[in-house]
Amino acid sequence: MNPFDLYRQMLRIRRIEEAIADRYPAQEMRCPVHLSIGQEAVAVGVCAALEQRDGVFSGHRAHAHYLAKGGDLTAMLAEIYGLDAGCCHGVGGSMHMIDLRAGFLGAVPIVGATLPLAVGAAWAARLRGEDKVVAVFFGDGTFEEGVVHESVNFAVLHSLPVLFVCENNLYACYTRLPDRQPPRPIHGVAAAHGCITLTADGNDVEAVHQAARTAVGQLRSGSKPYFLECATYRWREHCGPELDDHLGYRPAGERQDWEAHCPLRRLAPRLSAGGTDLDRLESEVAAEIESAFAAALASPPPRPADLPGYLYA
Amino acid sequence: MPEAGRQLTQIEAIREALEQAMAEDERVILVGEGVPDPKGVFGTTAGLQERFGKQRVFDSPIAENGMTGICIGAAMSGLRPVMVHQRIDFALLAMDQIVNNAAKWRYMFAGQVNIPLVIRVIVGRGWGQGPQHAQSLQALFAHIPGLKVVMPSSGYDSKGMLLAAIRDDNPVIFIEHRWLQTLRDIVPEEPYVVPLDQALICHPGRHATLLAFSYMTVEARLAAEALADYGIELEVIDARCVRPLDLATVVASVRRTGSLIVADTAWKTGGIAGEVIAAVAETAFSALRRPPLRIALPDYPVPTSPHLAEGHYPDALSIARAVAAHLDAAIPDAELAGRLARTTPHDVPQRDFRGPF
Repeated sequence: MNPFDLYRQMLRIRRIEEAIADRYPAQEMRCPVHLSIGQEAVAVGVCAALEQRDGVFSGHRAHAHYLAKGGDLTAMLAEIYGLDAGCCHGVGGSMHMIDLRAGFLGAVPIVGATLPLAVGAAWAARLRGEDKVVAVFFGDGTFEEGVVHESVNFAVLHSLPVLFVCENNLYACYTRLPDRQPPRPIHGVAAAHGCITLTADGNDVEAVHQAARTAVGQLRSGSKPYFLECATYRWREHCGPELDDHLGYRPAGERQDWEAHCPLRRLAPRLSAGGTDLDRLESEVAAEIESAFAAALASPPPRPADLPGYLYA
Repeated sequence: MPEAGRQLTQIEAIREALEQAMAEDERVILVGEGVPDPKGVFGTTAGLQERFGKQRVFDSPIAENGMTGICIGAAMSGLRPVMVHQRIDFALLAMDQIVNNAAKWRYMFAGQVNIPLVIRVIVGRGWGQGPQHAQSLQALFAHIPGLKVVMPSSGYDSKGMLLAAIRDDNPVIFIEHRWLQTLRDIVPEEPYVVPLDQALICHPGRHATLLAFSYMTVEARLAAEALADYGIELEVIDARCVRPLDLATVVASVRRTGSLIVADTAWKTGGIAGEVIAAVAETAFSALRRPPLRIALPDYPVPTSPHLAEGHYPDALSIARAVAAHLDAAIPDAELAGRLARTTPHDVPQRDFRGPF
């Protein structure tokens, strides 16, 4: 995928999440939202290396992964508003994203819960002889969950086509990495499990994409699972639309340092110099988002009478 | 249920159900700690890896939660995994994946994805199984919407309900009892299914209704046969299903007998027996001519020592005594005790009932 397309996708995700943040105080999105503003490069770089038939799982901070994999924007917004046109007809909200047509196989908020599902999906693909890679996104905090290590162990044992993508943004809620894990690289533990490990600057979409392409290509040829650790940073609060500097848990200036390495600002000058009309791109994206919000909000509310039918097949 | 025919132990019946399910549907895979090992999960999985290969019959790392999630991921991707835990206690390590993912995945995503997963869990008892190897935790699972929970007691039902569970598109917790494993039963050779939502009246009677779960069906039937000698006709219903409960069968029986006794393999407090009584009281309170009665385990974990475990589990004698008291029937206790005296030590299954059902 060329730099323009990578940029356009990151910009689209950034502007969608900013629009969610802008509208959130109106109290019409009545569910928690976990925004990934600042982390777009990991989602876009990895998903650009995948085909539609490949699977992706995520966790509570899933908007960017869902959109990067080709998830339906209107269905995502309607879901956050709790409407019938939502990707889960309002049962899930922001923390439950799914778009089977796009190969986005599911996201739920229990930390680490989708790691084994990704391994199981890859296992099924292997047993059924399907040419399919499954990627799963998670944060540095997830690496502290036991189920992660159980899942990685099994994936390596059976050489399954899984790409583990760790978005290391230094925080789990408000607790910094050094307060949660000993001083050793996360990917080093994954390597000890037997994964092939790669690292990338998670704010450099081309670097992430290059690493993911290498991993996905090798996984299609039957390699051991890959573990890609990307250094990135969450600009806004853990949950909600605001900046949260007043809480004082981030060292002074840390957010500003990371914002200076914004994945969009990193690419924009090159694209401008190459003749890309970034203003026009902005207005195209803005128009798409406006129309998606309008379409989502035109949805009727879901019907409680449908709920029992969802429980059992 | 056939009157005559081929007899199998429950172990053989379960093994045959697995073999037939795997033969009829190549999406069925079998996973669990020790599945292909020399013991083959008490023999229930013996020879299946040889027949179906290492692609479909898997040993598993000691990782209950992770392996459950992996099976859920496989189930949502088109396979039909059967997981086995040699003790139900081990499934506690997988409660996150069972409760948060398996039970709810279809609901959370508005019916878009099914989880056709069977989790076989084995309930231990006796011979020093102790506090972490003898828990009967059906109420824990039955509390969760999205799961189906069954506890067959006969070999016929075990085969038919396991085949039904594997063909079912929902997660099913299939609870087996160690003390039922060697009982013989008439089990047809061809594949068949027994519904996952129906109780079975296994000993008709008109004086009291006793709903029994799993192995308690055996003890209840022994008690019913002894009580018949004294003119007490106890109706024993094998619950078979824990979620959903077949309340219609129980209520209809209570309307005939006017009383309800529930014999469970689990603790009294918060157990499924209380749920049955609450539901019957809600729907048929006026049919009850006596207060309902729970026969269940004392509210503490089973100790390991045979000296401490003696008397821990209700048996046919304690059931018969409880029913007699419940009905204000004057039965000479020494006679009853003589009639239902154990022929084996308390920590191994009674020989009096060897099947067939």
